[in-house]
Amino acid sequence: MKTLFARPESLTTNPTHYCPGCTHGLIHRLVAEAIDELGLRERTVGIAPVGCSVLAFNYFNMDFQQAAHGRAPALATGIKRARPDLVVFTYQGDGDLASIGMAEIVHAANRGEKFTVIFVNNAIYGMTGGQMAPTTMPGQVTTTTPRGRDVSDVGYPVRMCELLASLATPGFIERVAVHTPPHIVKAKRAIREAFRLQVESRCFTFVEVLSTCPTNWGLPPFEATKWLEQTMMPYYPVQNFKKPEAAAPKAEA
Amino acid sequence: MAKVLMKGNEAIAESAIRAGGLVYFCYPLTPQSEVAEYLARRMPEVKGAYLQAESEVAVINMVYGAAGAGARAWTTSSSPGISLMTEGLSYIAAAELPAVVVNIVRAGPGLGGILPSQGDYRQATKGGGHGDYRCLVLAPASVQEAVDIMPLAFDRADRYRNPVIVIGDGMIGQMMEPVEFKEWNFPPLPVKDWATTGCRGRKPNLVNSLHLDPLVEEQLNETLARKYEKMCREEVRFEEYRTDRPYRVLLTAYGTTARVCKTAIQMLEKEGISAALMRPISLYPFPSEKTRELGRKAEFLLSVEMSMGQMVDDVRCAMGCEKPVSFFGRSGGIVPSPEEVVKAVKSHLGGGK
Repeated sequence: MKTLFARPESLTTNPTHYCPGCTHGLIHRLVAEAIDELGLRERTVGIAPVGCSVLAFNYFNMDFQQAAHGRAPALATGIKRARPDLVVFTYQGDGDLASIGMAEIVHAANRGEKFTVIFVNNAIYGMTGGQMAPTTMPGQVTTTTPRGRDVSDVGYPVRMCELLASLATPGFIERVAVHTPPHIVKAKRAIREAFRLQVESRCFTFVEVLSTCPTNWGLPPFEATKWLEQTMMPYYPVQNFKKPEAAAPKAEA
Repeated sequence: MAKVLMKGNEAIAESAIRAGGLVYFCYPLTPQSEVAEYLARRMPEVKGAYLQAESEVAVINMVYGAAGAGARAWTTSSSPGISLMTEGLSYIAAAELPAVVVNIVRAGPGLGGILPSQGDYRQATKGGGHGDYRCLVLAPASVQEAVDIMPLAFDRADRYRNPVIVIGDGMIGQMMEPVEFKEWNFPPLPVKDWATTGCRGRKPNLVNSLHLDPLVEEQLNETLARKYEKMCREEVRFEEYRTDRPYRVLLTAYGTTARVCKTAIQMLEKEGISAALMRPISLYPFPSEKTRELGRKAEFLLSVEMSMGQMVDDVRCAMGCEKPVSFFGRSGGIVPSPEEVVKAVKSHLGGGK
């Protein structure tokens, strides 16, 4: 009998604590599939952030470290500098990476640290109950922007891929989404490519995943996917921003 | 091995390398930047890892990551930088990771000044960061002692799986003295089977300080408390000076200030005033029993510090109401002179003699 679909070895059997309609579980699976396909599980160390995915170590079946808020890229740098043979990835949300951890992500990228960042952007602070994130959309209502995000007061949302792509060093930067099957397929391809480039010690690799937060957006899951497509995607274009020279022909390797 | 003349900061760097401290992260800050400069040159020669980070906040978290992956990771900084690292120290202590942090203390508070100070005693010994944690704190009084303490610091960090702070005032970092690098033989250390090195052939390891179940969190605090109790039993270190004969006053001082006190004691002797010194080498655990034992033999105690009076609290705590405990200190980056210490002793003896 041929197995067509199974739980990746890189995921544990623990049920996740994520809300209905949240895409964290799906993104976990894509990361786990990529690690399995490349045969990296037994030499991978993941870094969990502070935020909704703070307990990611309960769901990934591999060595993990849990970081202080925003510092995951510093931990990853420490691990990778001490043990370049290990495969290291951080899994961070928008508050963790683009607010409190802005210095660490920018400098890790600029040094070209050879680890992979999975950046989950759902335009809100989830774990703390729906406050404004650096990525919150203009006019978006959150618990700390009750009249909607006023860009004249708190500025426009931060586009991390574009910001990091302005640096000369980082090698692979791509934004993907996971609200429809075709986008999920593309997201998987980008995540796998990021890990492949890391294993080849090529470059800093960064994949931003546009994600939904039905609970804190106050929308049913299907409506949330529509909001992502109509509101977030025009501001956060889904595309590759950077890839290393000569990486393309090996993409299917 | 022959003695070589070295600046304190460079000697600390070389000693750390010889002790296997081969993963080092730093951020420049006076008066300890020579450690980084020395290691930027030296670390590639020994195939170690050296990185100048974007901030002390990043540094301490790089130390966390590397230590979590089983490395002998360490850093150096000075007072304002150590303040930025205290959050990370709390996480490192909570995750039970070994790490060595050298603080070449400068004058504070705030941006302060770049001259020697002992104003970080409380920060080092009482916590600094949040939560119930302690660091083993070792205070050298010479460049040679700083060299000798580094291997001990790495060994104890690994043995206790806890951060160790080596605290030297700016004088220790900046002055040059002849030093000898000795061979140290510590008992074998346990294998780091908890480190995140890839889960081949075993269950996944987790380096973590998050415990949402209060009973689990309390259990961690119990475990840490037992560890600190063990330190208090086994890691107390001190030096006695002129305690082998009767004395009227017991001085307590550490680091550079202790050396000033030794000169003051010799000056007092010439004037017929007998004084002795208890120099803590471990600031945490503080040598409370030894302080009490020696203090009982004196008319009073005088804590001499480069601060407005921090260690004096521990001296008072050790003595209770048994003997009067006084304080003399200079701050702002000023090292007290032996004459000033002599004067302070005399004033407490009651006007002139």
